[in-house]
Amino acid sequence: MTTKLFGEPVQRREDARLVTGQGRYLDDLGPGALAAAFVRSPHAHARIRDIDVSAALDVEGLVAVYTWEDLPGALAEPLPLLIPHPALTHGRTAYPLAKDIVRHVGEPVVMVVAEDRYLAEDACALIEVEYEFLKPVVGVEEAAQGVHLVHEDVPGNVGAHMVQEVPSRDGRSAAEAIDAAPHLLEFRLDIERSACMPLEGKGVYARWDADDGSLRVYSSTQTSTSVRMAVAAKLGLPLPKVEVIAPDVGGGFGVKIVHPWPEEILVPWAARTLGREVKWTEDRREHFVSSAHERAQVQHVRVGFDDDGRVLGLDVTILHDHGAYTPYGIIVPIITSTQLLGPYKIGAYRVEFSSIYTNTVQVTPYRGAGRPQAVFCMERTLDRVAAYLGKDRTEVRAANFIRPDEFPYDQGLIFQDGRPLIYDSGNYPESLRMLKELIGWDSFPDMKARAAAEGRRIGIGVGCYVEGTGVGPYEGGHVQITSDGRVHVSTGLTSQGQGHETVFAQIAATELGVPIERVSVVTGDTRRFGYAVGTFASRAAVMSGNAIALACRKVREKALRIAADALEADPRDLEITDGIVHVAGTPSASIPLATVAVLSNPLRYAFDEEAKRATQFSGAASMDRPPVDEGEEPGLEGRDYYSPIRSTFASGMHAAIVETDPETAEIRILRYAVVHDCGKLINPMIVEGQIHGGVAQGVGGALYEKMVYDEHGQLLNASFMDFLMPYATEVPRIETAHLETPSPLNPLGIKGAGEAGVIPVSAVIASAVEDAEGITVDRMPISPSDLHTLRLRLAQ
Amino acid sequence: MSEGTARHVVTLVVNGVVREAAVPARRLLSDFLRHDLGLTGTHVGCEHGVCGACTVLLDGEPVRSCLTFAVTVDGHEVTTVEGLAEDGEPSPVQRGFTECHGLQCGFCTPGFLCTATAFLRDNPAPTDEEVLEAVAGNLCRCTGYQNILKAVHRAAEIQAETRGRPEPHGYGTLGGLADRGGRA
Repeated sequence: MTTKLFGEPVQRREDARLVTGQGRYLDDLGPGALAAAFVRSPHAHARIRDIDVSAALDVEGLVAVYTWEDLPGALAEPLPLLIPHPALTHGRTAYPLAKDIVRHVGEPVVMVVAEDRYLAEDACALIEVEYEFLKPVVGVEEAAQGVHLVHEDVPGNVGAHMVQEVPSRDGRSAAEAIDAAPHLLEFRLDIERSACMPLEGKGVYARWDADDGSLRVYSSTQTSTSVRMAVAAKLGLPLPKVEVIAPDVGGGFGVKIVHPWPEEILVPWAARTLGREVKWTEDRREHFVSSAHERAQVQHVRVGFDDDGRVLGLDVTILHDHGAYTPYGIIVPIITSTQLLGPYKIGAYRVEFSSIYTNTVQVTPYRGAGRPQAVFCMERTLDRVAAYLGKDRTEVRAANFIRPDEFPYDQGLIFQDGRPLIYDSGNYPESLRMLKELIGWDSFPDMKARAAAEGRRIGIGVGCYVEGTGVGPYEGGHVQITSDGRVHVSTGLTSQGQGHETVFAQIAATELGVPIERVSVVTGDTRRFGYAVGTFASRAAVMSGNAIALACRKVREKALRIAADALEADPRDLEITDGIVHVAGTPSASIPLATVAVLSNPLRYAFDEEAKRATQFSGAASMDRPPVDEGEEPGLEGRDYYSPIRSTFASGMHAAIVETDPETAEIRILRYAVVHDCGKLINPMIVEGQIHGGVAQGVGGALYEKMVYDEHGQLLNASFMDFLMPYATEVPRIETAHLETPSPLNPLGIKGAGEAGVIPVSAVIASAVEDAEGITVDRMPISPSDLHTLRLRLAQ
Repeated sequence: MSEGTARHVVTLVVNGVVREAAVPARRLLSDFLRHDLGLTGTHVGCEHGVCGACTVLLDGEPVRSCLTFAVTVDGHEVTTVEGLAEDGEPSPVQRGFTECHGLQCGFCTPGFLCTATAFLRDNPAPTDEEVLEAVAGNLCRCTGYQNILKAVHRAAEIQAETRGRPEPHGYGTLGGLADRGGRA
């Protein structure tokens, strides 16, 4: 069937506009808008004594200057704490503009609006803010000592403290299981900060319609529906008077799920106050110091295991650095602590985390969202177990795997969605078998020996993960077939380059039996779909994909019902092919969906030739029933929602072969192999693209990227010159293989794929470097100078 | 009128069309193209010349428009992503990127497209190593580059297929610019 597109590598429908410069990103909109710019704190921790704006007032083109004191009503209150949690006993959020105290370099203090951005920045440069310095708190271990405080009313700088414990099947606690185990290891791990770094920063553009009393906001966001609710609440506007649109968005990776950013409410407020269009486009330095970072954790591990390497007890204590504020709650450490178990069944598990304030940029999810740290911890642990026992690292993993016949598998923990951590499906032994074959695991010792004979050092590493994807609560889809035969699909969640327009069109075309060219998809526009959660947690395909499929099924059922009436056939005998409803086996008995759409909407007034068929004297209607029958609605459209009972659990395993230079300590990735299982693939080309991009970010996190704060809380590398993201020359060719273990939880059998690639990379590279060098790697990223230091330490 | 706002007339050829605007001396070429001429296909990713998203062709050669003042291109010729299509048809590079899934969010893409266009004009049948070198000055946060490398190779193939035997100094508009010997 020509319309069967699910599972095919369909080329992207987004690309035609994006390769010709016709995309519409935030800063491409509103050419006549006023420009906003911000005076941001140059200090990590200080009290604002005075703000003197007088020198700025002479700047030509200046329109307005605002400080916290100018903000009315709810705008003057702290920003919302988006995800409250009982363990987050001391959640704190920032004010849109700093009130009294700044707590990290980059916190906004003054908003300036001017005729253009150059002039707005001129004015910013002339504003004098007088500060009284307070002691900056930098570094999670220092902060945890609680000597100096980030927030006066948060003792010990502890925002949250949480313990989850799962006893072994024979009822032992983790401590008991570890103490009773034949072998015990104890060690510390450390992971640095990195950040999403989408190539397009954040941005907001607002238009106030004074006549209508309505506001239209464009934001480079991962959640337009939630921004809408926040803007309406903060500005005291009725929800129907606010619409929010995510235009083309130049990457997100997590940072744009946080909302409302200060600018997302300040810019609309300024637009309404001034009666002018106002736009703010984040520059790169602003993105470094005022958006969000992630990753930084210190982990203490105690593990007890038997002679086969089976983990009998595991106790992990995590210090999580969440920066100066907690707008996104404690999702990241919750994910670390629950996803740490990966594809393994552990005898007894105890995890404790403290989420700690520091005078640094706030920490919110970055692709992987706590999982890279979790996998680093678990996989480093299993590598140590293997090294201790002198066993092959893959054997130790296999000894701990959940078996394919054990699904659904309950890990006994509460996941990030507040629901039980129950894995839906998976086949870990098969994944590992495929991975070993792909990378040539068993023949590697020979390769290593040959390299050694040439004076080269190479090593192989492995890492496994499970990723909870497609978290609820829900997404919706709306599908309308209009009388021209076009199919209009909309969903509320947003797109940042994942190819949603393509995969959702594939789903709709397949479900409805129409050519994909006739399907158009809109995402992230509250004018089209008002109910949504957002794009995060590898959830878009699972959530909106299934919602759209369900909505299509409603529309299809209605189309068949109407067509059956018109064709005097049984709906059960009808099929839809290429947009035409026909009796199976009798192609001549047919009616185009376009005509069905006409018939679905009883008319008094014909607007074109085709529409005459639906008018009241056309003779088409039954006289025994009302034109719109009970339980029916006019139009060929449907809306449905998908709300899963739990998350789906994708999984994967990566392996890498690295070479380390004996002289320079440079680390080069020679090969990188991925086995990935996200259930049924909608579009394998797009899934592979997601994996490639994820691995590249993982390579950045493993070898290059870190946020370097000095003791004063200054971010020393807040530019692309100094924060080293991989170029094409740093990313290896990625070899992929797919395993498709369908999810039983949703109609399409799919699991999420967006974040997977990044998750195990640091663990894999650490494992490979360790294998090449015979040293212990316990912190990432690892730079040539780090490796050099480790070599010196080993030599001593 | 202050130093920041005194205006200078800049006249140049953009995508084959003569354009003119009066701008302050400090106006960057990237902002000039985007905000004064309304050609928003050129993107700004870092404002300090590292990411390459703002790359345009100045007299046929790739430059970072965020590191170039608009007043310095007076009298020159600029090609942006909007000018890469040929007679309304996507260019080989645009096709290569589309066919090979060489873009995701598309924000860095115009810079890669301009860079690759100039590269394939000068080197129509590149090796893997040469392609890698050619795109190694542009950052992409989405694709992991693998499909970008593939796309540039595919573009070379399409270019050879559609134009027969590749000429060392290219074709069409860009070839015309190159023949004039680069920057005036």
